Amino acid sequence: MEKEIIDHYLHINRRRFLSRVSLGLGSVALGSLLIPDLFKGNMEESVMTGLPHFAPRAKRIIYLFQNGAPSQLDLFDYKPLLQKMQGEELPASIRQGQRLTGMTADQAKFPLAGTAFKFDQYGQSRAWLSELLPYTSRVVDDLCFIKSMYTEAINHDPALTFFQTGAQQGNRPSMGSWLSYGLGSENKNLPSFCVLLSKGKGNGQGVYSKLWSNGFLDSIYQGVQFSSGENPVLYLNDPESMSRQDRRKMIDKIAELNDVSLKEFGDPEISTKIQQYEMAYRMQTVVPEITDMSKEPEDTVKLYGPECLVPGTFAANCLLARKLSENGVRFVQLYHQGWDGHGNLPVEIRGQCKDADQASAALITDLKQRGLLDETLVIWGGEFGRTNYCQGALSRDNYGRDHHPRCFTIWMAGGGVRPGVYGETDDFGYNITKNPVHVHDLHATVLYLMGLDHEKLTFKNQGRRYRLTDVAGKVVNGLIA
Amino acid sequence: MPFKTLTIIILFTGALYILISCMQGHEKETARDLPKKVSYNFTIRPILSDKCYKCHGPDASHREAHLRLDIADSVYAPLKVTKGAFALVPGKPDQSEVYKRISSADQTYLMPPPDSHLGLLTDYEKQAIKKWIEQGAKYEKHWAFSLPVKATLPTIVNKAWPKNEIDYFVLHRIEQEGLTPNEQADKERLLKRASLDITGLPPTLEMMDQFLADNQANAYEKIVDQLLLTDQYGEKMALHWLDVARYADSYGYQDDNIRTQWPWRDWVIHAFNKNMPYDQFLTWQIAGDMLPNATKEQILATAFFRNHKYTEEGGVVPEEYRIEYLIDKTKTYGKGILGLSVECAQCHDHKYDPFKQKDYYSLLAFFNNTKEVGYEGDVSISKAAKNPILYIDSNDRKNILSYIHQKDTSAIMVSVMGERDTLRKTFVLNRGRYDAPGLEVQAGALPAVKKFDTTKYARNRLGLAQWTVSKDNPLTARVFVNQLWQEIFGKGIVKSAGDFGMQGDLPTNPELLDWLAVDFMEHGWDIKRLMKQIMLSATYRQSAIATPEKLSRDPENTYLARGPRNRLQAEIIRDLVLASSGLLVKTIGGPSMKPYQPQGLWESATSGRGLLATYIQNHGDSLYRRGMYTFIKLTVPPPSMVMFDASNRDQCEVRRLKTNTPLQALIMMNDPTVLEASRVLAENISVEKISASDKIIKVFRLIVCRKPTAGEMKKLEGYYNDQLQEFTQKKLSAEKTMEKGEFAKGKNENLNTVAALMKVINLLYNLEETIVKT
Repeated sequence: MEKEIIDHYLHINRRRFLSRVSLGLGSVALGSLLIPDLFKGNMEESVMTGLPHFAPRAKRIIYLFQNGAPSQLDLFDYKPLLQKMQGEELPASIRQGQRLTGMTADQAKFPLAGTAFKFDQYGQSRAWLSELLPYTSRVVDDLCFIKSMYTEAINHDPALTFFQTGAQQGNRPSMGSWLSYGLGSENKNLPSFCVLLSKGKGNGQGVYSKLWSNGFLDSIYQGVQFSSGENPVLYLNDPESMSRQDRRKMIDKIAELNDVSLKEFGDPEISTKIQQYEMAYRMQTVVPEITDMSKEPEDTVKLYGPECLVPGTFAANCLLARKLSENGVRFVQLYHQGWDGHGNLPVEIRGQCKDADQASAALITDLKQRGLLDETLVIWGGEFGRTNYCQGALSRDNYGRDHHPRCFTIWMAGGGVRPGVYGETDDFGYNITKNPVHVHDLHATVLYLMGLDHEKLTFKNQGRRYRLTDVAGKVVNGLIA
Repeated sequence: MPFKTLTIIILFTGALYILISCMQGHEKETARDLPKKVSYNFTIRPILSDKCYKCHGPDASHREAHLRLDIADSVYAPLKVTKGAFALVPGKPDQSEVYKRISSADQTYLMPPPDSHLGLLTDYEKQAIKKWIEQGAKYEKHWAFSLPVKATLPTIVNKAWPKNEIDYFVLHRIEQEGLTPNEQADKERLLKRASLDITGLPPTLEMMDQFLADNQANAYEKIVDQLLLTDQYGEKMALHWLDVARYADSYGYQDDNIRTQWPWRDWVIHAFNKNMPYDQFLTWQIAGDMLPNATKEQILATAFFRNHKYTEEGGVVPEEYRIEYLIDKTKTYGKGILGLSVECAQCHDHKYDPFKQKDYYSLLAFFNNTKEVGYEGDVSISKAAKNPILYIDSNDRKNILSYIHQKDTSAIMVSVMGERDTLRKTFVLNRGRYDAPGLEVQAGALPAVKKFDTTKYARNRLGLAQWTVSKDNPLTARVFVNQLWQEIFGKGIVKSAGDFGMQGDLPTNPELLDWLAVDFMEHGWDIKRLMKQIMLSATYRQSAIATPEKLSRDPENTYLARGPRNRLQAEIIRDLVLASSGLLVKTIGGPSMKPYQPQGLWESATSGRGLLATYIQNHGDSLYRRGMYTFIKLTVPPPSMVMFDASNRDQCEVRRLKTNTPLQALIMMNDPTVLEASRVLAENISVEKISASDKIIKVFRLIVCRKPTAGEMKKLEGYYNDQLQEFTQKKLSAEKTMEKGEFAKGKNENLNTVAALMKVINLLYNLEETIVKT
């Protein structure tokens, strides 16, 4: 009945209502009172009631995924013992039969490789950071380093899929889809889950649209990929030959004709269709405004670095992420490729850090300056870690590292996170010695910070209630402020 | 004063709201009165399955208090933990622990436990269980595991309505609900619906005129027959099967290189067109290679089980992936053919259905004896197929495989099934992990469905195929009939088309489903016959008009007191645009095509390795092929398809979602294919020597598939004239507007009128009705 009233209102007052909406973002609040959330699909009844489950600590997430797996041993997890034992064999007592990838399984030797970079301690937490991260070192006090992350997969595709969907194989919803499903969008003109891609110069591993798939959830929860080309969102731009007024005319005419069908058939899908064309029209207005970097003030450009004006770079994506997030996008997912340092790691990682360090730190600073860091959770990290032993030939200043699932470092900031250093690894940087955090635990914690109980955010599919954390995961209280 | 008005509004709205809630609440109660006889299968089991089986179900490892409620064995015996108590005492709810606990106010005694997140039972559910216990608490075998029987046709009041048996069952249900069926849809809409359901293409103008002019009683039947004979029928039918079989043109993991499975896709089209019986269609796909003197065509059919993803990522553990492929095959077989979620028994006994983990691995064992390996090397040595491979040379294409089209004479490779000489052992894998083998098992099909009688069936894929298509398999025919019904009506008789198990939806009309399934088998698994039966039913022919009463009584059209009204599938939307504009190239089969696609999509998401790192768009005729031939790169599936809910083909899918999103509106407004079609159609119609109004009528008929009403014409003419003025006054540029697509420009004189017509056409493609079977 409530919906009928809304529909009625929409029909009678459509024109007046639209003229208000077309004034711009300012009047959107009015729109959201009247129109049901168009970026919302079917929900399980039991899930819908009582959301969020607890008072949320964060409202939005920006996930800076470092695709390919950055070496924790060269960036965060300082192990002088490896330098001391440079070239010596990895003790079997440390490896403990850990399965290896096919790339190093046949290696006759597993010589330990110390980092080629200098480390120092920063901030109140005295966190160790490599010289490759000068900008990050200045925001250490806002960061929570989890040095004891671990995963189950040892290859990129399953590990990425696991990090994004909670399962190594299969068509499960992405973390961003789960959050959109649970919490919807804060902005009725933008999708609740946006995806931004960039590539560094290092050895790259592809990303796949299944990583931002809605899985079995409604496709409305699918991540919407923003691209750096002319069309920031697929099919967004009208043909050049068309003016806004012209588009408005066509949409009005479409609505008039659809309205005839609606009267004849009474199918509610028809009125939804009318509303979706209105939404498309509003997206066409709002998205170009947000993606336009030309009006960014000089100090912002300085903060993120000049690359932020080059569309498609990691820096540009960080800035865009802030703008989308600021406008209420629930989940902004970045993927930055190029961290897969199997060989020539010291050279590659230097390049990667040059692309990623300044903009990542800038995002933290920028959010903080705008008073948004408290309600925005930022996550930075890859899909697994890298081995302490060398893959391929080892020399003093050159080495490669294979995939390592048993321990790696990621960092989080903002949105209810406790800054500091969490977890420890052994002196070889091979095993976790304190406070392990499994991928499922991280998911459970992230959902908790967003006000969601990971055991209650479920969707029934093929007879089973699925959740992001599958059948495991616990909230890690030590990460929460 | 304004404040006062506001208060009044709030008070009024509040009062209205309360009034409405009361009315709704009342309605709900009466609508859900308990049936006289409470059915275990249809009322009680769904409650128990949803709320109790998680801890008191088939999965022994998570069973609490040694109590299982899914079978009758132990429910009447004294409880093991709560001494002196009984789970169920027939006739006595107050002595039955089940009822006492679900209705308790004591949080520590209450079931399900509040911390289980299962939610409490509703009052209705509690009352149903109470009444069921009063009536003897009797268990029944799960409906889907009992053989379907052909019930006698039910008695109905409106005897003039039915056209065939289907209608008796449907009308009976409609009358039970106190509803009446709709009138037959008008001829134009009925034709559009039938044409799109049978061929996936809109009717041509000639067909429309022929049908409108034919006043004979069998006019509709004649047109259905005509449609069933077209080659496009096979294409339309294949589309759903490609979802089931997760067909794609790339390997899917990481570097996601190209593969060649399309000859199998062409075989599927061919098989539907020559109306291969469904039992044979399945047998060939499951075990064509094991048939005596197997032909290349029979071997090709087994590519069905090789369409799954295949890794080329350096450094993987081959066995891990070999097992992954087996799991995928088992899931595809279970979900696509038997309609069961067997994969749930991969790590533990199934929590809801009577499948043990052992049963799962016995089923998997059928697929475990192929020559397939888990990894054949990385993308640098990638081939178009993985072992075992079928080679199709030009000789084969001249003879038995004549429906496979390849422009040159080179041999084509396809990944197919092929048995090893020695039997590979199969083990239960603990927690589903490839490196944790447990108990050894032998190949055998699910005993809960039907016994795998080894005196009749060999313990290999051929035996599995025979078991599957045996007439006393309770699922195979039901599942297929249901999928076909779903493709036509938008929703299956069993809504959860992939799950006929305990957690699945119950059939909305079980007698109809069973009648159709048995009839299908009795008539030689004849798919075209079944198709025609459904198309000719009065049920199908109803108009789709939803009166407010019907909409509120039956919002989801469960009882079918109105005709189906469904949005076209992604591929068919493309087909409609191309066909109505005259651009469609009707070639069947061959390698998949790369039509227009937004720039940079593949490039931004690639490792840079392999042949699919960059999107190289096709030109010429290849731009105008049907949607089902659009190249599917698994890691970046075609965006306009996925946005219209096409399967991403990652895994077996039997039912597509149907969403309605702003991104879809953007596609219809700005996709170059739609714009090009608008331009080309405008150019072609413009050369005809007819009035502007007649041009609009003609394009309307081509696109919406009916004549416009006077009211619609007025609106469209208004828009046309307005646009014409804009072009004439140079407010808009006709030349620029028409610069769309690669198709050769027309030789038109007055571009302003062409451009104005193009805008009208573009608008028509954006109408809701255009992409809906109404």
